[in-house]
Amino acid sequence: MSGVPLYAQFINLLAAILLLLAFAMLAQRRVLSLVNLFAAQGVALALSTAIVAFATRQPHLYGSALLTVLLKVALLPWLLHRLIQRLDVKWDVEGLINVPTTMLIGIVLVVFAFNLAFPISQLASTVTRSTLGIAIASVMLSFLMMITRRKAIPQVIGFLAMENGLFFAATSATYGMPMVVELGIALDILVAMLILGVFFFQIREQFDSLDLKHLERLKE
Amino acid sequence: MIEILIVLGTPLVGAALLGWLGERDYAATINVAASFVTLLAAVALTLRVLVEGPLLVIDRQFFVDSFNVSLVALTAFVGFTTALFSRPYMRIEQAHGRLTSARLRLYHAMYQLFNFTMLLALLTNNMGILWVAMEAATLATVLLVSLYRTPASLEAAWKYFILCGVGIAQALFGTILLYFAAEKLLGAEGGALLWTGLNNVKSELEPTVLSIAFVFLLVGYGTKVGLAPLHNWLPDAHAEGPTPVSAVLSGLLLNVALYAVVRCKVLVEGSLDTAFARELMMGFGLLSVVLAALLLSRQKDVKRLFAYSSIEHMGIATFAFGMGGPIANFAGLLHMTVHSLTKSAIFFTVGHAAQKAGTQLTDEIRGLITTNPQLGWGLVLGTLAILGMPPFGVFASEFLILVTAMGVEPWATPVLLAALGLAFASVFSKIQPMVFGETTAKRLPVRPTMIPVFVHLALVLMLGLWIPPFLADWYRQAARLIG
Repeated sequence: MSGVPLYAQFINLLAAILLLLAFAMLAQRRVLSLVNLFAAQGVALALSTAIVAFATRQPHLYGSALLTVLLKVALLPWLLHRLIQRLDVKWDVEGLINVPTTMLIGIVLVVFAFNLAFPISQLASTVTRSTLGIAIASVMLSFLMMITRRKAIPQVIGFLAMENGLFFAATSATYGMPMVVELGIALDILVAMLILGVFFFQIREQFDSLDLKHLERLKE
Repeated sequence: MIEILIVLGTPLVGAALLGWLGERDYAATINVAASFVTLLAAVALTLRVLVEGPLLVIDRQFFVDSFNVSLVALTAFVGFTTALFSRPYMRIEQAHGRLTSARLRLYHAMYQLFNFTMLLALLTNNMGILWVAMEAATLATVLLVSLYRTPASLEAAWKYFILCGVGIAQALFGTILLYFAAEKLLGAEGGALLWTGLNNVKSELEPTVLSIAFVFLLVGYGTKVGLAPLHNWLPDAHAEGPTPVSAVLSGLLLNVALYAVVRCKVLVEGSLDTAFARELMMGFGLLSVVLAALLLSRQKDVKRLFAYSSIEHMGIATFAFGMGGPIANFAGLLHMTVHSLTKSAIFFTVGHAAQKAGTQLTDEIRGLITTNPQLGWGLVLGTLAILGMPPFGVFASEFLILVTAMGVEPWATPVLLAALGLAFASVFSKIQPMVFGETTAKRLPVRPTMIPVFVHLALVLMLGLWIPPFLADWYRQAARLIG
């Protein structure tokens, strides 16, 4: 492995972990474990951002790594845990149909993502360009997760995981967006989470469950 | 510069104040007052830009040219008239027992916040902040759509949140790619996301990256424009939320999202030599027009009916901007303006009509012209205007678009004409009995204000007969700018 510096190997490793976690989320039935997987994804994301910051001497990336830890490892999982406790859906298990098929579709998506990323990463000059494919793949896997889930909380976790993938794409293609934009995005996600929390209670009050099959009456 | 601060600051302060005060009798009046101050500042800003030319202020973070200032003025104006309309409307809703005062507090605060996010999206020069503001606009309205807490409204709000959230995430990826392409030319320090900076170097931006970015941006912001096949959230959100929210969603938010698409198109067009961006926009636009026209005849709910009509008209405007060129862009801008004025006027009348009948079903609302002539005439005239009858402004803009299409894309003209004809038949056959049939509807507890409706319709009529020279100049400038 000459030619690939140590930090780049670390980043590749973390990227691989990120992808693995995305697949694990796709197959996970228990709501509580999903939240933990999401937090783990946040840890991998923050670590890789910090390594990029160290390797390339981009001080503002330390800021975004810190933001990731605060928001995606601490605050959001904490909020989700509290919500799960308050809504008493701790032991909720989702009857997922056809996990193997979903996984196969996931693999096809990964191949597609790498093909899409190839022309872009050719042009990138960042040390992390090889991970762009993984970033796009994890966005698509989260998207798939949102499509296949029938309950409200897993759908939201899919939505947040998609944000993780996008954030990773930003670090791997460009060393992160300008700080103002990143703060704005973080604020939006936080507010979105709070609104969703309010929303969960409204849905439950109305339907006595968080199953989205009740929300399929409006057509055309 | 001071005008920009007032335009943005007033709704923000208004939102905080209304949230803090809670529901008082005068909350609706404060809402109107804040919207009025915003409108005054927007007019001052418009005059300044018209006289002095484009503004680039506050560390290049805000950019105002003739393209976005026209939309700022429109947004502030419709924001003000909708606040006027919502005062009696929400009182009636409260008297009918559909709303509590705690929810009215939420409504007023979020209404101002929503205005703030739209104005921020229009005024900012930073493509990243544009994204943040668009997402914030979704967040501000999601709880407004579910304000009645009925099962249907919760479903509509959930769909709105998830679909627009996913859509806007695509736009974020597009923005990241845009930044990636620009960073090499402009350097990493902030400046690479500024639209003016990007616009200066657009011919040197990497075409491969920009074409991929545009697909994501169009799909992302296109979801918020309501372009088919990403339109699913739109009819639900319009039908289930309170009517003032339907009016601002249809009249303003869709415009702001289309504005974002057009800004992106200008950059991509400059980088690519091919017709890729135009064809994509024309395709999405035409598909929306046709699909909406086909679905119009099947609608039973009057607000859903006009929501589909919004999809149709946004499709027409997208098609026009897709064709490009000075005339089509001019027509596209005019169409955005007249659609926004007409559609919000229609929603004002439809809202009160539904309150009178106690239902939104077209089959059960009857005889508006006998019980309330103003409401009846408002709805008839608004419907005729939105269906593109002369002498209203929608006719003028659609005529210009069709004429341009005949020259540039002859194949599209018959498709557009057929869709417009179908839409006319479907909508008019539903509205006519609503206005002229027999009725036993009850009186409303609070008198509705019909002034906003007739002011809007009068403006649309004027734009159809005579466009003031300063406005024409202004639109021509904007059209040239879009290229």
